[in-house]
Amino acid sequence: MWTLLATIPDPEIPVISITDLGIVRSVDLRGATCRVAITPTYSGCPATSVIALSVEMALSDAGLTPMIETRIDPPWTTDWLTDAARDKLRRYGIAPPSPGGGPDACPQCGSARVTRVSQFGSTPCKAHWRCDDCLEPFDYFKCH
Amino acid sequence: MGDNTLVLGHRLSEWCGLGPALEEDIALANTALDLIGQTQMWLGLAAEVEEQGRDADDLAMLRDVWDFRNLLLVERPNGDFGLTMMRSFLFDHWHHAMLSRLTASSDERVAAIAAKAVKEVSYHAERSAEMVIGLGDGTEESHRRMRAALDTLWPYTGEMFVNDDVDERLARAGIAPLPTDLRGGWEETVRDILARATLTVPEEGFAHAGGRSGARHSEHLGHMLTQMQWLQRAYPGATW
Repeated sequence: MWTLLATIPDPEIPVISITDLGIVRSVDLRGATCRVAITPTYSGCPATSVIALSVEMALSDAGLTPMIETRIDPPWTTDWLTDAARDKLRRYGIAPPSPGGGPDACPQCGSARVTRVSQFGSTPCKAHWRCDDCLEPFDYFKCH
Repeated sequence: MGDNTLVLGHRLSEWCGLGPALEEDIALANTALDLIGQTQMWLGLAAEVEEQGRDADDLAMLRDVWDFRNLLLVERPNGDFGLTMMRSFLFDHWHHAMLSRLTASSDERVAAIAAKAVKEVSYHAERSAEMVIGLGDGTEESHRRMRAALDTLWPYTGEMFVNDDVDERLARAGIAPLPTDLRGGWEETVRDILARATLTVPEEGFAHAGGRSGARHSEHLGHMLTQMQWLQRAYPGATW
């Protein structure tokens, strides 16, 4: 079941899956009924309903009856991102979250000389940064 | 809590496409999105607790002015960008303090929503503080506008710290802190940031009230609801 869910991409960052993102909390299969608990990343994230729909469709396609549950406790944290997800993000041009509160390096050229443009970016989970060496703007996946 | 986030979330969304710079526009829209998301959780819980068969959407879209329990501060119109940022700044730091305390609520559902929301609000509070410092300690014009914004909005902050009977009951049950208990910490933080913004807190202690009780909302809330609720009112039961 987890393998099936691992094929569902995050609608906003399609390079990582919803299991990479760490938002699938539990999967419980009883007979043909599959109960999946999902923790939203940000409370207003528009991707949440799209993700629930994708899970529902994937399970239905597999011949199962889906039951999707939203679980907010404990709240999602970027610590739940898998290591594979961090690498995928970097290769995709998004700096992965770092405990220091900002990106370690520019995901394009690797320079450590980076400047924050805005705490808020193209989606609730990202901030907008710029590299001072290659001058490219890039997204940083915020620590949360 | 849900009415505050709904009303301020709507106010901030009014900036969408109008922000003074692309980054600011995006930041305002992101903050609005967080607040509307939190509204769904708070009003969802409120609907569950009242057991009248209503849901979060009903509470947001089908209540009239007098049923809203938000602070008068958040229904103040946007004004210029400085006034919007000052309003957010004064609210965000109260919001953050309140949510931090609510994470220890004796009601598990309240604690869970607060734990989720406080992470988002720490970003809001950080940004609005930076903005108030940048604009207050900025040019002559930006300083003048921020000073005017503070003078206009300060009398709306007192309402955050007035206890009523419901607050007393909630505090006794360990569900929420007494509003008065939040005042000290809030004032210390806010005054420190305003000092760095070279802004002086007005000395007059007058405080508007009547938003949290619903008894005396300003005319602005009615205008806002007219816009926010018109589709659901004109086409009852319409869904997205």
